[in-house]
Amino acid sequence: MQYVSPVREPLVTSGKTYHDVTQDICYQVEAAPNIRWMGALGVALIGLAIFFYSVYRTLWYGIGEWGLNKTIGWAWDITNFVWWVGIGHAGTLISAVLLLFRQKWRSSINRAAEAMTIFAVICAAMFPVLHMGRPWLAFYVFPLQNTLGSLWANFNSPLLWDVFAISTYFTVSLVFWYTGLVPDFATIRDRAKGKIARVSYSLLSMGWTGSAKHWSRYETVSLILAGVSTPLVLSVHTIVSMDFATSVVPGWHTTIFPPYFVAGAIFSGFAMVLTLMLITRVVFKLEDYITLEHIALMNKIMMVTGSIVGVAYITEFFIAWYSQVEYEQYCFINRATGPYWWAYLSMMSCNVLSPQFVWIRRIRYSITMTFILSIIVNIGMWFERFVIIVSSLHRDYLPSSWAMFSPTIIDIGIYVGTIGLFFTLFLLFAKFFPVINMAEVKTILKYTVNDGPTYGGANDGSRNPSLHTSPAPYSTPGVPASAPVNYDKQND
Amino acid sequence: MKYWKGIEELDNSPEFVKNAFAEFPDFLPVKEGRAGHADDSSVAPRRDFLKLMGFGVAAATLAACETPVRKAIPYLNKPEEIDPTVSNFYASTYFTGSDYNAVLVKNRDGRPIKLEGNPESPVTRGGLSARAQAAVLNLYDGGRLRHFMAKGKQVDFDELDRAVRAGLASTTGKTVLVSPTIISPSTKRAIAVMAGRARNFEHVMYDVNSASALIQANGGVLPAFDFSRANVIVSLGADFLGTWISPVEYSRQYITNRKVSSDKRTMSRHFQFETTLSLTGSNADVRVPVKPSEMGAVALALYNTVAGGGSVAGLSPAAQKQVAQAAKELQANRGASLVVSGSNDPAIQTVVAAINQSLGNVGTTLNLTAPSYVRQGEDARMTQFINDLKSGAVGTVIFYHANPVFNHPRGAEIEEALKGNKAALTISLNDRLDETGWLCQYQAPDHHWLESWNDFEPKRGSLSLAQPAITPLFKTRQAQETFLRWGGSNESYYNFLKDGWRTVLGSSGFQTAWDKAVHDGVATGSALTTTAFTTPALSIADATGRLGGGIKSGIEAVLYEKVGIGEGGVEANNPFLHELPDPISKATWGNYVAVPRKMAEEQKWKQNDVVKVTAGGKSIELPILVQPGQADGTVGIAVGYGRTKVGKVGDTVGANAFPLAQATPAGVMYYNTVTLEKTGATSPIAQTQTHHTIMDRHEVVQENTLAKYRENPKEVTEYERIATPEGLEKPNKVSLWQDYQYNDHHWGMAIDLNSCIGCGSCVIGCQTENNIAVVGKQQVINRREMHWMRIDRYYSSAHHEDEFEKEGKLKTYAAMEDPADNPQVIFQPMLCQHCNHAPCETVCPVLATTHSSEGLNQMTYNRCVGTRYCANNCPYKVRRFNWFSYYSNEKFEDVNGHMFTDLGRMVLNPDVTVRARGVMEKCSFCVQRIQLGKLEAKKQKRRPKDGEVVTACAQSCPTEAILFGDMRDPSSRISQLLRREDGERAFHVLDSINVQPNITYLTKIRNGAAEFFPTEEKENA
Repeated sequence: MQYVSPVREPLVTSGKTYHDVTQDICYQVEAAPNIRWMGALGVALIGLAIFFYSVYRTLWYGIGEWGLNKTIGWAWDITNFVWWVGIGHAGTLISAVLLLFRQKWRSSINRAAEAMTIFAVICAAMFPVLHMGRPWLAFYVFPLQNTLGSLWANFNSPLLWDVFAISTYFTVSLVFWYTGLVPDFATIRDRAKGKIARVSYSLLSMGWTGSAKHWSRYETVSLILAGVSTPLVLSVHTIVSMDFATSVVPGWHTTIFPPYFVAGAIFSGFAMVLTLMLITRVVFKLEDYITLEHIALMNKIMMVTGSIVGVAYITEFFIAWYSQVEYEQYCFINRATGPYWWAYLSMMSCNVLSPQFVWIRRIRYSITMTFILSIIVNIGMWFERFVIIVSSLHRDYLPSSWAMFSPTIIDIGIYVGTIGLFFTLFLLFAKFFPVINMAEVKTILKYTVNDGPTYGGANDGSRNPSLHTSPAPYSTPGVPASAPVNYDKQND
Repeated sequence: MKYWKGIEELDNSPEFVKNAFAEFPDFLPVKEGRAGHADDSSVAPRRDFLKLMGFGVAAATLAACETPVRKAIPYLNKPEEIDPTVSNFYASTYFTGSDYNAVLVKNRDGRPIKLEGNPESPVTRGGLSARAQAAVLNLYDGGRLRHFMAKGKQVDFDELDRAVRAGLASTTGKTVLVSPTIISPSTKRAIAVMAGRARNFEHVMYDVNSASALIQANGGVLPAFDFSRANVIVSLGADFLGTWISPVEYSRQYITNRKVSSDKRTMSRHFQFETTLSLTGSNADVRVPVKPSEMGAVALALYNTVAGGGSVAGLSPAAQKQVAQAAKELQANRGASLVVSGSNDPAIQTVVAAINQSLGNVGTTLNLTAPSYVRQGEDARMTQFINDLKSGAVGTVIFYHANPVFNHPRGAEIEEALKGNKAALTISLNDRLDETGWLCQYQAPDHHWLESWNDFEPKRGSLSLAQPAITPLFKTRQAQETFLRWGGSNESYYNFLKDGWRTVLGSSGFQTAWDKAVHDGVATGSALTTTAFTTPALSIADATGRLGGGIKSGIEAVLYEKVGIGEGGVEANNPFLHELPDPISKATWGNYVAVPRKMAEEQKWKQNDVVKVTAGGKSIELPILVQPGQADGTVGIAVGYGRTKVGKVGDTVGANAFPLAQATPAGVMYYNTVTLEKTGATSPIAQTQTHHTIMDRHEVVQENTLAKYRENPKEVTEYERIATPEGLEKPNKVSLWQDYQYNDHHWGMAIDLNSCIGCGSCVIGCQTENNIAVVGKQQVINRREMHWMRIDRYYSSAHHEDEFEKEGKLKTYAAMEDPADNPQVIFQPMLCQHCNHAPCETVCPVLATTHSSEGLNQMTYNRCVGTRYCANNCPYKVRRFNWFSYYSNEKFEDVNGHMFTDLGRMVLNPDVTVRARGVMEKCSFCVQRIQLGKLEAKKQKRRPKDGEVVTACAQSCPTEAILFGDMRDPSSRISQLLRREDGERAFHVLDSINVQPNITYLTKIRNGAAEFFPTEEKENA
C-alpha cells in the first residue's frame, strides 16, 4: 500500500483518467507524424549526414583529419565520449535509483530518460571506436581466444575497463528500458489498426497479456534490474574517470576524479533530460504529464550535483597547492590563466555559477529559464571535459613538447554529427515508441474509485477538469496503489 | 629433318611464300558482307557490330583484370660477397664541397641503405654530419638527370663526346671549368688530361661558403685547426661546430677538451662573437651578439689588446668587456688558444692570423705546414670569370657540380650571359637540370658518388677513397671519365685512379696496399698539390687601417647556412634535411628572417608576418621569426633555400637569399645592409618546438658551472627525494610495482649533455635507420613530425622561480615563458626512455607495447589499434602516431617520395617495418641492430662484446655524447660510466615520477656564469 502525502501536488495534472493516459500517449504513435516532428527529424538527419561524411573522411584518410598532434593525443574525441556517457547517466539514475527510492514522480520521465541513456551511450560508443587509428581491429580489445598464444587484452588498462563498463552499462540499460516498454507495446498492439503496426507491436510486446503473473514478473524484473543498474550509475563514470586518474599526466592524476565525474555525469545528464523533456512536452503536448513540479525537482538535482562539481574544482586547486608538486601546480595555474583560460572560464561559469540561480524559486519553476540553464550546463560540462583533457595534455612535463590544439572541420563535424545521430534516434523513438510509461503513470493517477469510471470513455463526462479540485472525501482501504487520493482535505 | 607447319609449306605455293615471313597473319575480316554488298564499307551490319563490341568488352575486361607482374629474380651466379638479407659495409667518402666525412656504406642486397661514420678516419674519426647521414637518399633522388642530353634531346655518350670534342677544338676564347673545391688528386689529374686538349684552359674553383680571405691571410693555405689543444677558443662569427669548413672534424676536436669527469675537471673556455645565434654560439661559454659591421672592430680590439696596440673606439660596452676578458685569457694560454673568424673580409682574417701568430698558436692549434684542402676557392678568380663570361672572352664553359646561377650573388648576371649565348660551348656535368645546368647546351650528368670511384685528400697527408656501392642507376657517366674522354684518353677512371696511387702507396706490394686502402677507405700519404693562390695577403698595417670604419646604423642582414640544407646543393631536394629542425630555431621546411625581439616589438612584427627584405636593389619576401640572441639592429637569413630547379621536394621552399650577399672585389661578403618592409601577408613557419624555455624544471635538464664541479662533483646535480616515514628517499625506493628481472642483458644508454652540441646528426641517423616517414611542412605546423629522436633546445629565461615570493606565481610563470634576449642554450637529445616502470605499457588495452626481458620497451605494430593512450601517458612525449598513410596518401608523395616509387623504396631498411596508418611508433633502441649483434655473437658461441651493439644515434654522434651498452655487463663502458657518475652527474629525467628510465643523462657543465637556472638562493627560498 502506498503512503500518500496529503500535501503533495498531483504528479499528473488535469485529472487524467486511465483512458486519457492511453489516448494521449498512444496518439503520438498512432497519428500521422506532425509537422514539427518532421521538421525536427529533417534537421536531425542533416546532422546525421554530417556525421557520416565526417566518419567517412576519418576512416578513409585517417585520424590525421582531426586536429590532434604529437602532444595532444585526445581532444574532441574523448571529450565527446565522456560528455555523452555523462549525459546517459540521468536515465539510469531516474530509472534505477529513483525507483529504489520510490520516487513516484519519475514515472512520467523515466522512459524518455532511459531512451536518452541508450542513445547517448550509442553516441558515446562511436568515439572509442572512431578515435582508434585502426578501428577495423577494434575487436582486439575483447579478451578473445586467439591462436597467438599469450597475446590477450591488457587487464591493467583503464581503456579495457571502459570496454567492460560501457558494454555492461549499455546492455543493462537496454534490457531495463525494453522491459518497461513491453506492457505499453501491448497496449499499442491492442489498439493497432494497421496490419504492419499490429504485427510489429505484437512482436515487440512478446505476447504480453496483462495477466497478474505477467505483472508480478514485470515488477520483480524491474526491481532486479534497478538493483543491477544502481551500481552502474556509480561504476561507469568512475571507470571513465580512471582513464585519466590512473595516468601520470598532471591534471589527470587525481584521486578525486571518480566521485567528481559521477556527480558531473548526473549533473549533465539531468541538464540533457531537461532539455529533451522541455521540448518533448511541448511538441507532443504532454504538459500534464511532465509538470512544472518535475522540472523543479530536476532543477534541484542539477543544482546539488553542480555544487558538488564546483567543490571538486576547488578541491583540485587546493590539492595542487597542498601537494607542492611543481607540475601539478603549474598545470592548474596554466589551466586557469594559460592559453586555454577561456575554456576554463566557460567551464566555471556554466557549471558552478549558473546552477546557483536555481536557488531562486521563480527560476526553478520557469520553463524558459530552465531551458536556458540546461543548455548552459550542457555546454559547461562539455568544456569541463575539454579543459581536463586538452589543458592537461597541452602542457605537461617537457616544455619542448608543449603544443596547442585546434579542431578541424572534421572534429566539429563528428561532434555535431553525433548530436544529429542522437536526435534522429530520439525522434524516431518518440514517434514509434510510447514516450511516457503508460503503465506506470497510471499507477500514480490521483482520484477516488467512486469519483468516476477508471476506464471511462471520452464521452462520459468524467474528464471534468474540476475533478481533482473537488474529490471525494475519503479513500477506500484496499484500493490499488494507484488509488486516487484526496489531498485537498488533507486526508482527514 | 624438317617439320612442316602444314601442307601449304610443303607445297611452297606463292600464296604461302608471300605470308611466310610475316609474324602475324593479316587480320581476318571481321565484317560479314551481305550478299552482293561485300565491298560496301559504309555498311556496318548489326552482327559485326555485336562481334566487335563483344570482343572489345572482353578485351577491356581482361586487360583490367591483369595483375602487375613483379619479378624477383634470383642470382644465377651469386656474387661472392652478397648474401641476401646480410648487410655488407664498404668504406667510402662523402664530400660535397662543404662537408668532408669518411663513411662506411651499409649495403643490403646490392643497394646502399645507410651511411655510418668510418672510425678509421683520422679526420672525422667515426663522426658523421646530418647532411652526410641523409646523403644516401640523394642517390635515389628522382630529381636526378637520367641520361646525357644535347640541346634538349637525349643522346648517348659517344654522340655527346663527339660534339663536345669538336666544340672544344673549334671554339675560340678561354675554356673554363667552374667547380667547387676539388680535393681529389685523381680528379685534378683527369681535368689536366682534358686541359691538354682545350684552348686557354682555366679551372675556377669557388666555394659557396667562401674561405677566400682566410686562405689569403694565411699565405695561400687553409690552416688545419686543432680545437682539442686549445684551452681558450675565441670565434668571431665562425660556426665551426655547424657549418664552417669542416664541422664534424672540429666538433670531435672541440669536444675532447669539453668533456669532464671527476678525474678531469678542466675544460676549454669558448668565447663567441656573432650576429645570429649559431650552433657554435649556443655551445659557447660566453656569447656576445655583435653587428657584422662591428666584427672588424672586435677583431681589431682583440688584436690591439693581445698584441699590445692601442684601444679601439666604437665597441658596445658588453663587447668591450668581453673582448678584454677574452684577451686576458688568451694571453694566459699562449700556444694553447685559438682565434678563428668566419668572415670573408681579408682585413679581419689578416688581423685574426696576426693574433694567432702573436699568441704563438701557429704550430700548436693551427697548422700551416699540413694544411686543410677542403676550401680552395678564390673569389677573385670567380669574379674574373663572371666578367670574362659577360664580355664574351670565354669560349667554352664547363660547370662541374657548380650552380653559380643559384648560389652566387651575381648568379643573375651569369644566367643572363648564358641565355645570351656569350659562350659558344656550354656544358654541365651537374647531376640534374639545375638552375645553371638547364641553361647549358650539353648535359653530361655525373654519377652519384656512391656509384663512383674517387679519392680525396681533405688534409695534407690524409687520404681517403670512394668506391662504387651500386651499379649506376641511370645512364650517367662519372665526370672524371668524361674528362678523360674529352681529353682523348680511353682509360677507365678506375685504372687511372689506381695508377695514380702507385706514387702514394709505392710500387712494391702495391696490390696489397691498395686492397687495404680500399678496405679501410683511408690511407696516409699525400698526392694533392696546393693550388696557387693568386691574391696576395694584406699586410697587418693595411688590415688594421681598413678596420677603422665605424658601426653602421642601419639594419644589417647576415646570411648563414643551416646545418641541414647548407648551401642548398643536392641537399635542397632531400626531404630528411628539410624536415631536420634547425638546431636553434627548430624550424623546418624553409627559411625566414630571424629578428631580435626588440626589433620585432618596435616594428610591431609578429612571428610569421611576411616582410620584404631589400638589399642593393634586390629583394626577397620571407616570414619573420623572433630569434633570441640575434644582435640588435640585425637580421639573419639562411641561404640555400628558394631553389627552382632542384626537384619536387625542394622547389619553391623558402626564398633564395644569395642575391642579398655583397660581391665585392675583395670577395663575397655574406652580410649586407638591408631595409625591411612588412607586406601584410603571413606565412606560417613550421617549428617542431614552439615553447622555448625550461620553466625552471630542474628535473628535466640539469646544468652547473665548472667552478662548482671543481669544488665538488657531488654537488652539481640536484636529486629529487620523496618524503617517506623513514625520511627522504630516492623515488625508486617508493614503488608499488615489482621490478623486472633482467637475466641476460639490460640495455641502457647514457647521454652526456656536456658533449651534445645539438647538431642533429643522430636525428637523421635514426631516420634513415628506421624508415621514419617525412611529413612535410603542413604536418609539422600541425605538430605531427615523426622523428623518433629529437633534440630539445631550451633557452634560458631572464626570470626564475626565485621571483615567486616577490612577483607571485602567475606573473612569474608568464614571464618565464619568454627567453632572455641573449640566452644560454641547452640541448637535450630526447628519445624513448625505455622506462622500467613504463607508463605507456600499463595503459595499452591490447598489449601492443610491452617490456622485453632485456629492458626494452617494445612496440608491436601489428597489435596496435591506435588509441594513443600510451602517447598521452608518456611524460617524455616521444611516441609518434601515424596520422596518415604516409607511404600511400598522395598528399605526401612529394615530401615522402622515397616511400612511393620503386626507385625511392630502395633506400628503405628491410629490417624495419614501414608503419601503417593508425599505428603508434617510437624509438626501439634499434632492436634490429641489437638482434643482429646478438646473432653474430651467438654464431661464434660467445656473448656480444661491449661496443659491438650500437644504436644508429650513438653510431652517428660526432662528439660521442651518446653511449649505448649492456648495463648487466659490469665491465661495459656504460656500466663503468654509470658507476663513476652515480651521485655526480648521472640523473634521470623526471626522476620523481619514478618511471625508472633506462636512459641516464649526465649534467651539463658550463665554463662560465650559470644563468640558466637561478643559483644558490633557490634552495633557500
